Amino acid sequence: MSDTKDLGFSPNEMMTIAASRALKSDDVCFVGIGAPSAACNVARLTHAPDITLIYESGTIGTAPDVLPLSIGDGELCETAVTTVAVPEMFRYWLQGGRISIGFLGAAQLDKFGNINTTVIGDYAHPKTRLPGGGGAPEIATSSRQVYITMAQSKRGMVEKIDFFTSFGHGEGGDHRRRLGINTAGPTLLITDLAIWKPDPVTKEFTVVSLHPGVSREQVQETCGWIVKFAEALDETTPPTELELKTLRDLQARTKAAHQGTAKGKAA
Amino acid sequence: MVKFLPLREAVAENLHDGDTVAFEGFTHLIPTAAAHEAIRQGFRDLTLIRMTPDLIYDQMIGMGMAKKIIFSYVGNPGVGLLRRARDAIENGFPRSIEVEEHSHAGMANAYEAGAAGLPCAVFRGYRGAGLASVNPNIKSVTCPFTGEALAAVPAIRPDVTFVHAQKADRKGNVLVEGIIGIQKEAVLAAKRAVVTVEEVVDNFDDLHPNLTVLPSWTIAAISVVPGGSHPSYTHGYYERDNAAYLEWDEIAADRDRFQAWMQKNVIESSADDFASRVEHLRKAA
Repeated sequence: MSDTKDLGFSPNEMMTIAASRALKSDDVCFVGIGAPSAACNVARLTHAPDITLIYESGTIGTAPDVLPLSIGDGELCETAVTTVAVPEMFRYWLQGGRISIGFLGAAQLDKFGNINTTVIGDYAHPKTRLPGGGGAPEIATSSRQVYITMAQSKRGMVEKIDFFTSFGHGEGGDHRRRLGINTAGPTLLITDLAIWKPDPVTKEFTVVSLHPGVSREQVQETCGWIVKFAEALDETTPPTELELKTLRDLQARTKAAHQGTAKGKAA
Repeated sequence: MVKFLPLREAVAENLHDGDTVAFEGFTHLIPTAAAHEAIRQGFRDLTLIRMTPDLIYDQMIGMGMAKKIIFSYVGNPGVGLLRRARDAIENGFPRSIEVEEHSHAGMANAYEAGAAGLPCAVFRGYRGAGLASVNPNIKSVTCPFTGEALAAVPAIRPDVTFVHAQKADRKGNVLVEGIIGIQKEAVLAAKRAVVTVEEVVDNFDDLHPNLTVLPSWTIAAISVVPGGSHPSYTHGYYERDNAAYLEWDEIAADRDRFQAWMQKNVIESSADDFASRVEHLRKAA
């Protein structure tokens, strides 16, 4: 950010912590890798100790000590209540309606919560071939609600996405219903600058809370569509000491483990 | 009858130019040693199937062995993109490849249908998803009871599937545990299956009765390759080499560096080299 003040925490830390606060102990959360994974585990280590975290590798009720690099790190299985096969994961648990929150990140996002992680440019002749959807297309439609978290940028938050990897609210309004999708879809977007919720009628994401020290202009400058702000705009509560310490400790343990410097850690 | 074979022979007997082949492993138990043996033997025109084609398919595509990939996530999990696969898809280097892309749910259901002997899989999927309009193998069927529109994809039936697993007993039954992924379905869906294992034990008499065991008669060949899934991992034996996945991002970013790495670590290496690669990843007991 251009005029970063020293608030004692970074915009990314605020994003992860704000996202973690949206989760409750009785949630059953299908966790995307990256920012969602950090938020879900901070929630579990602070105010939502009984949250059920599910990763698409089949680990149900997992409680990793470090953040997994992939969705299938051994740590996830070792700490899980149970580990099921991938077809069972998608058929019984996701399609079966057991997931309350699908938590996704995005490479490209539009104002209706549609996500692209497939290609930049034309599908047949892509400028950049991204990894693709993985579990996301069905997480987006079978989870009862979808939360999205990503850092803001004009490249990432765009008027029109290049590819509909995961369907959010489509063109807005009742588009989900018209396609026979009976779940709520994206109900929350947490960025490094703000908290957004969809307008009840149009389903366009609207800023409902600015993070501490963030201006409306900053939100608009880092977003590719014309931003709508709620009439009663809140300020996000800054991270508590416990939240910050929990996140930083988790990230320090994770960094040590992934660089191979934690070889001596107890089995 | 299952045969215990050196990996070189197991691959040579079961894989052929032009085959449709799955080297499966959902982050865990990736059959890297088998893939490297296939690279050394230089097969061509393969159709590569895998939910998560990570490093080994990046390597096979980079070596020009694939004419087509069928997948649902073409990334380096937790790290980023697969740069050799990108080079093939974006630039046709070293050859252009055909792409058939699904979601994880689509692939998982398609493997299950293959194992079940069905022609296709039916599930609630791809709603509003762009893949349905770019992949002609994603179709829609109507439930004859409720009228609900459901997605249909063709069953996956590989000519041969390669997987890695913990252990075999002397009869050739194979135990898979931990994140079992799609291993069982990929084996049962294939015409032939080749399994690399960490070790062979006398018997499975003391196993819990509900563990995932592939009976010997579902497998064509077993090769004992300790460390054979590195830099993936084998639950109970050694941990995932996350540093190697991070390093791969740099190696694969450059065509020459990739070739040099492949020459040294694959072409001039053998299955016997895998054991030493996981030494530092074995947990202290």
